[in-house]
Amino acid sequence: MSATEPVVVEQEKPPGPWLENWRHFAANRGALAGLAVIVVITVLALLAPWVAPHAPHEQFRDALLLPPAWSAGGDARFLLGTDDVGRDILSRLLFGARLSLLVGAIVVTLSLAVGITLGLIAGFFRGTVESLIMRLMDILLALPSLLLAIAIVAILGPSLANAMVAIAIVVLPHYVRLTRAAVIAETSKDYVIASEVAGAGLLRQMFVNVLPNCMAPLIVQATLGFSSAILDAAALGFLGLGAQPPTPEWGTMLADARQFIQRAWWVVTFPGVAILVTVLAFNLMGDGLRDALDPKLKR
Amino acid sequence: MAMLEIDRLTVEFGREEAPFRAVDGVSLSVDRGEVVGIVGESGSGKSVTSLALMGLIDYPGRVRAERLRFDGQDLLAASDRQRRRIVGKDIAMIFQDPMTSLNPCYTVGFQIMEALAVHAGGSRAERRTRTLELLEQVGIPDPASRIDAYPHQLSGGMSQRVMIAMAIACNPSLLIADEPTTALDVTIQAQIMDLLRELQTRNRMGLMLITHDLAVVAESCQRIVVMYAGQVVETGAVEAVFAAPRHPYTAALLASLPEHGSYKSRLASLPGVVPGQYDRPRGCLLNPRCPHATERCRAEAPQLRSDDRGGVRCHTPLAADGRPTP
Amino acid sequence: MLSFVLRRVGLLVPTFIGVTLIAFALIHLIPGDPIELLAGERGIDPARHAQLMREMGFDQPLWQQYLNYIGAALQGDLGRSIKTREPVLTEFFTLFPATIELSLCAMLFAVVIGLPVGILAAIRRGSVFDHTVMGVSLAGYSMPIFWWALLLILVFSVNLGWTPVSGRIAVAYFVEPVTGFMLIDTLLAGDTDAFASALHHLVLPSIVLGTIPLAVVARMTRSSMMEVIREDYIRVARAKGLSQTRVILVHALRNALIPVVTVIGLQIGTLLAGAILTETIFAWPGVGKWLVDSISRRDYPAVQGGILLVAAVVMLVNLLVDMLYGLINPRIRHAR
Repeated sequence: MSATEPVVVEQEKPPGPWLENWRHFAANRGALAGLAVIVVITVLALLAPWVAPHAPHEQFRDALLLPPAWSAGGDARFLLGTDDVGRDILSRLLFGARLSLLVGAIVVTLSLAVGITLGLIAGFFRGTVESLIMRLMDILLALPSLLLAIAIVAILGPSLANAMVAIAIVVLPHYVRLTRAAVIAETSKDYVIASEVAGAGLLRQMFVNVLPNCMAPLIVQATLGFSSAILDAAALGFLGLGAQPPTPEWGTMLADARQFIQRAWWVVTFPGVAILVTVLAFNLMGDGLRDALDPKLKR
Repeated sequence: MAMLEIDRLTVEFGREEAPFRAVDGVSLSVDRGEVVGIVGESGSGKSVTSLALMGLIDYPGRVRAERLRFDGQDLLAASDRQRRRIVGKDIAMIFQDPMTSLNPCYTVGFQIMEALAVHAGGSRAERRTRTLELLEQVGIPDPASRIDAYPHQLSGGMSQRVMIAMAIACNPSLLIADEPTTALDVTIQAQIMDLLRELQTRNRMGLMLITHDLAVVAESCQRIVVMYAGQVVETGAVEAVFAAPRHPYTAALLASLPEHGSYKSRLASLPGVVPGQYDRPRGCLLNPRCPHATERCRAEAPQLRSDDRGGVRCHTPLAADGRPTP
Repeated sequence: MLSFVLRRVGLLVPTFIGVTLIAFALIHLIPGDPIELLAGERGIDPARHAQLMREMGFDQPLWQQYLNYIGAALQGDLGRSIKTREPVLTEFFTLFPATIELSLCAMLFAVVIGLPVGILAAIRRGSVFDHTVMGVSLAGYSMPIFWWALLLILVFSVNLGWTPVSGRIAVAYFVEPVTGFMLIDTLLAGDTDAFASALHHLVLPSIVLGTIPLAVVARMTRSSMMEVIREDYIRVARAKGLSQTRVILVHALRNALIPVVTVIGLQIGTLLAGAILTETIFAWPGVGKWLVDSISRRDYPAVQGGILLVAAVVMLVNLLVDMLYGLINPRIRHAR
């Protein structure tokens, strides 16, 4: 080694996997914006009883269909105006955010839990069990998701809870397929075989060895699942098959508002904006996560 | 005046402030009927040079040159349309991997006839006849049955023959072959090289043969251009360079050939790899890998110096006995 | 090619059986028995109830009932609507052309705009245009289309008065239904004013229904095109001295279309689901609106038959897409 050899600068410690993923994610401005919006909406939803100017069901009989505060005839008490029975739209939207996020969370949890279990079973016990599960998923996929959800709600009866169950069933095949594919890819790798030789039990194999290594696509799918759950729940609400009035659910609010479309643009506009912004934020974040977590697309 | 003249060609990628020079001041020429071998490791800028010549470097890549002339026409000043009249007709190119170089959606015949339609014109029937003739020429058995085949139905060797037929369709005066045999089986490699040599002699084409296989150069070329990290490090007649390489890098390349065992004792191989964007050394680009590197080599970049034997870019070129001259 | 078709059809059979099971289960999982449902809120006396149960085969074991159901379904008997007393199949096929007409126009809208926009974005990767396309398409993909419909009605129908609010054609026109496609029927009748009116009525619903497919087609075209442009054979095509336009439209597009066609096919399901919402909002007399109406009037035979038929249509379209895929991709056509 000669003296002019470039001095090796003390190497920075390589970033941990979380930090590295975060850097990839944060480099995507859209994804970051999505995350920020989600945080804001979540905080607002959690604090709805305190930040909302009025109760969601409180009717101001003296203030029916008031336009937003900034337009002519608006009232400073009602920032985004009031609906046909004098309820404050802003307050209803804030409480609606709770419902939408709750729907997203429950649907994703439900479909993740069932989907992962079925996918692990299909991936580990190949053969009859597997084809049975996968055929079942094919059937679910053959029907347009909203139609299937409608059919399920038709059986169970219209309510927000049933709508959530229906949506969770509808999105199930995606999780099952992802998990199974990941499991099959992982189980053929040496480390799984090694730990099997070392005597790891089946459950340990499933949940400790294999599952954590298939999480990346599932996390992405779950994020995107959040947005589709919110969208589908709103659609069902709009069709009268989800949350029932007077629940301040965004889709249900839109269904109520339809008849006032000629007279009061604000009752129609704001709930839709709320849905669009929330869904868009989750989609942005999902795209960012996919880019950050998918090793194929890295670099 | 040579048919193809390249003078100080530079190709840069990346940001304007901190560009990566894939090709750095490369000058070379090819005459009608001449076979020039361009040799170097992967990453030495051989392929980029030829792509720049064909006008295939896309934004954000930047191509500059003192001169880039073909048959007296200035390729740099030419409009897209003018350039396209030359590229594919007078200058044609064969690429490395024949399996990915043919469009999977179209038949072999369609892809050859397309080149004819653009440059030669003629009726559909004439083009088909000419295509059958070309397939025959490149040694494809039963051309009439292959002309309507899809690329996935052909083997690698067959595909490369089709690529050659496509390249010579318009009787180019210069053919660039970018590692034409690298992706093929060893047994097929010799066949393809024989075919290229035969076509070159018969059509009196200039042939620019890009390769890292020195044996091929020894067999086929009259002149050799050795490139390292985007620069030409040595040029000259093949016999002269093979007999007495003047650049340590050429010497090392030759030493890796089994026939040239005499150099093995001194330079069996060079440690390390071609520098990339972030690890370009100061001074001579080869200095971290060169066994003869001196303080001067680490401080000052050598220029390409030409004499009657050719050119060499070294402060201390090797003498005939393989020792560096101060 | 024939064996390719047969294999695909073979794969559909178990799936279709599964769908019939769901449709069959629909009637039997609903609280209350089918006769009570048929009777509605008026109620029914027990003797008549038992008699009807027997007549309609509801006293048989479930598997027997399922076989009866399948047997009837295969002969085209999907029962009668409770409300109209019409056979469900007849009702479906009377309304189906309206849905097809709307869906085709929506798809046309999506493809005609989505393809060129996607191609341009791919060619000008990283440009302002590209970023705009990606941003707008993600917003389109996230769009609650029932709200989008209301918004468009608000702007174009209510405020500007450019487009009608609902229906397929102005009430002033009566067109003899021949094909069920309003655009074709008005032309057959030689009534250009009616044709114009029908077209006028199609604009907003098509845009609404086509929005999500548009976003998907544009994004898919872009990413597929970007991948193809990097391929070796594109460089070879350029080395032949072909013009940029020819390289893109002849060499790149054909290859880039392969995944796009698949995605368009997959959008058919989304389209039919979207049609449910779009038709409801625009009072478009198609199967989507009919299904929602049937659910709200608890017309279960109609719901059951409708779901089965829509599923059959989706599967059929997917099959067709598979065939089309073979046509544009020679590797598939020749394989096996």
